[in-house]
Amino acid sequence: MAYRTHVMACTGTGCVASGSFEVSRALEQEIAKAGLSSEVQVVRTGCQGFCAEGPIVVVQPDGVFYCGVKVKDAPLIAQEHLLKGRPVKRLMYTPPKEKAPVPALRDIPFFAKQQLLVLRNRGLIDPERIEDYVAVGGYTALAKALTEMTPAQIIEEIKRSGLRGRGGGGFPAGVKWETCAHAAKERGEEPVVICNADEGDPGAFMDRSIIECDPHAVIEGMIIGARAVGCREGFIYIRHEYPIARERLEKALAQCREYGLLGRNILGTDMRFDIRIVQGAGAFVCGESTALMASLEGKVGEPRAKYIHTVEYGYKNRPSNLNNVETWANVPLIVNRGAKWFGSMGTGDVSENPWNGSSGTKVFSLVGKINNTGLVEVPMGLTLREIIFDIGGGIPKGRRFKAVQTGGPSGGCLPDSLLDMPVDFDELTKVGSMMGSGGMIVMDDANCMVDVARHFIKFLQEESCGKCVPCREGLRQMGNILNRICAGEGQEGDIQLLEELADTVVNISLCALGGSAPNPVLSTIKYFRPEYEAHIKDHKCPGGQCKNLVTFWIDPAKCNGCLRCKKDCPQDCIRGELKQPHSIDLVACIKCGSCEDVCNQDAVVVR
Amino acid sequence: MPKLTIQDLQRMREQAKQTMNLRSQNARAKVTVHMGTCGISSGAREVMAALLAEIEGSGTTDVMVTTAGCAGLCSREPMATVELLGEAPVKYVDLTPAKMRKLFHLHVLGKKVVVEYALAVGSETTA
Repeated sequence: MAYRTHVMACTGTGCVASGSFEVSRALEQEIAKAGLSSEVQVVRTGCQGFCAEGPIVVVQPDGVFYCGVKVKDAPLIAQEHLLKGRPVKRLMYTPPKEKAPVPALRDIPFFAKQQLLVLRNRGLIDPERIEDYVAVGGYTALAKALTEMTPAQIIEEIKRSGLRGRGGGGFPAGVKWETCAHAAKERGEEPVVICNADEGDPGAFMDRSIIECDPHAVIEGMIIGARAVGCREGFIYIRHEYPIARERLEKALAQCREYGLLGRNILGTDMRFDIRIVQGAGAFVCGESTALMASLEGKVGEPRAKYIHTVEYGYKNRPSNLNNVETWANVPLIVNRGAKWFGSMGTGDVSENPWNGSSGTKVFSLVGKINNTGLVEVPMGLTLREIIFDIGGGIPKGRRFKAVQTGGPSGGCLPDSLLDMPVDFDELTKVGSMMGSGGMIVMDDANCMVDVARHFIKFLQEESCGKCVPCREGLRQMGNILNRICAGEGQEGDIQLLEELADTVVNISLCALGGSAPNPVLSTIKYFRPEYEAHIKDHKCPGGQCKNLVTFWIDPAKCNGCLRCKKDCPQDCIRGELKQPHSIDLVACIKCGSCEDVCNQDAVVVR
Repeated sequence: MPKLTIQDLQRMREQAKQTMNLRSQNARAKVTVHMGTCGISSGAREVMAALLAEIEGSGTTDVMVTTAGCAGLCSREPMATVELLGEAPVKYVDLTPAKMRKLFHLHVLGKKVVVEYALAVGSETTA
């Protein structure tokens, strides 16, 4: 018998960490107990994007959206909603500003303002079933590319769509494909296609989610790419920290081989192609194309100078068509619905020249000081304000927005004066940041921008492969200076020294890691210079983060004498009696902040 | 599994259409079977089973089935509400599997209200 209801349980990594596998199993058991097994099916989907509220369960066709579902809620959902048709209000999502729960997915602002292309199948299909992907039109683009289009026409279509590399560089994919096909033809050497799934930016999880919710979309894009450049061999380079994504890819590849979508005579034509998964060890630099290919070859993952591009001499010196996960996932859509349709979304007119704008959509992961942590897909050209405040739900705890870092650790931090800036490749570069792979880290007024810069320089310093001097030594020296400033030992002239060092590192590093590493320092100096000056000249940290520059103090007017902070203080340096204002012994205080964390009267002041 | 051809892809997609429509919320008709305790004890589960079997048998892909609680008129259960897109909902009472099969064909597919089983047209007034 046909199912009347599908219970779509999110099993992306975020929800899995909150226990969604256990929840989906419990739901199945309860459904069986209620005798509904033949009417109600539990479908495990990829990430639905609203990670802040996981585990997520959506009941279709009712469209009822449940969040924060626990194993103990399963009997309630099965008995009340699935059996008796009474949706469980307690588990529905309530937006921060409203009082009444919102039951339907399409009524939640977080979802309502997004436009899903790459994530079109999230929450809709079971990523582990190829039948589900085919049912929503999967592999029709491949059929079209194989039977109705020549390789040159495919390349032309991608070029005219204006699709630019979603891994961060924003290089037009069609131009890259054309160069690859051309190099292969000229030298008579067979090219390879590679998918870069080595997503290394802290706080970024777009590519992982795309693979987890729709692995076949990436594979279909790669087969079409292989057809366009004429090759038989493909690789997916994925970091080993992504076990669920890798498992789903492996299953998807096995299904493709079984169905004849990989291997010899694909879809009954003469095309032959297969894909191999290669695991990276999680080095940040291996997301860089030349380092990635060195790692693919089994060598140490270090980049090389790029006066010869990998698209001509890449993996084993063969022409190599490397694109990021999100770029590949866009390809089937463009082939199916045409370059014109794709180019109509986003900014600029890209039909003649892909450099003229940014077409299509971009997936962003929203993290940091933001209410709706999660994964969003929006058309290019939306403003930062729309993404952070309308979709992201703004800053928690009534705090004030201070900065957003786009583009991962080597992106820039942008202040509130740029909130109304449209987000696309070129606009972000203009203001000293970058698109990167799409991470967005939001910071509020309790963040110290010098400390933020120091944190990212430390990360990049640790991830620098050490092959070239400016990146290896330059970042170390910049890190030392930032440490000094944060410790309250900053000197007159440190800002200029940082700028000078940054200029050297940017200009003479071998690869893009060094080339973009000083961005967090340069952008914070540019937009938050008074904070640097406050650290150096006044020995003050306006964000209250640099321990050497702040003191903790209890406001006697606010303190209600609850003894909480006193109990938690590891130094036993808080004095005070019940219902009497407390005070901190500043000599013994180690500024750990535990009193601030536990105080529910906001009486602990950091200044 | 034999190797796929392009025609196979097309066929697989057609076969799965019913399943996928369920997840997309684009139904032409919605049938709500009232599943309160009263409904279930007077046979709403059997009515639901009959409806699902009919839908599958007819190959219809755009009819959505949901459940709802007691409609307030426990003495006339099992009840169901049929709502065609753009038309007022119709409440049916005293259903049996056989009556449900008939009203599926006449009302849901044939778009004609089955007057002899119907209680009322329209929804209750809410504040």
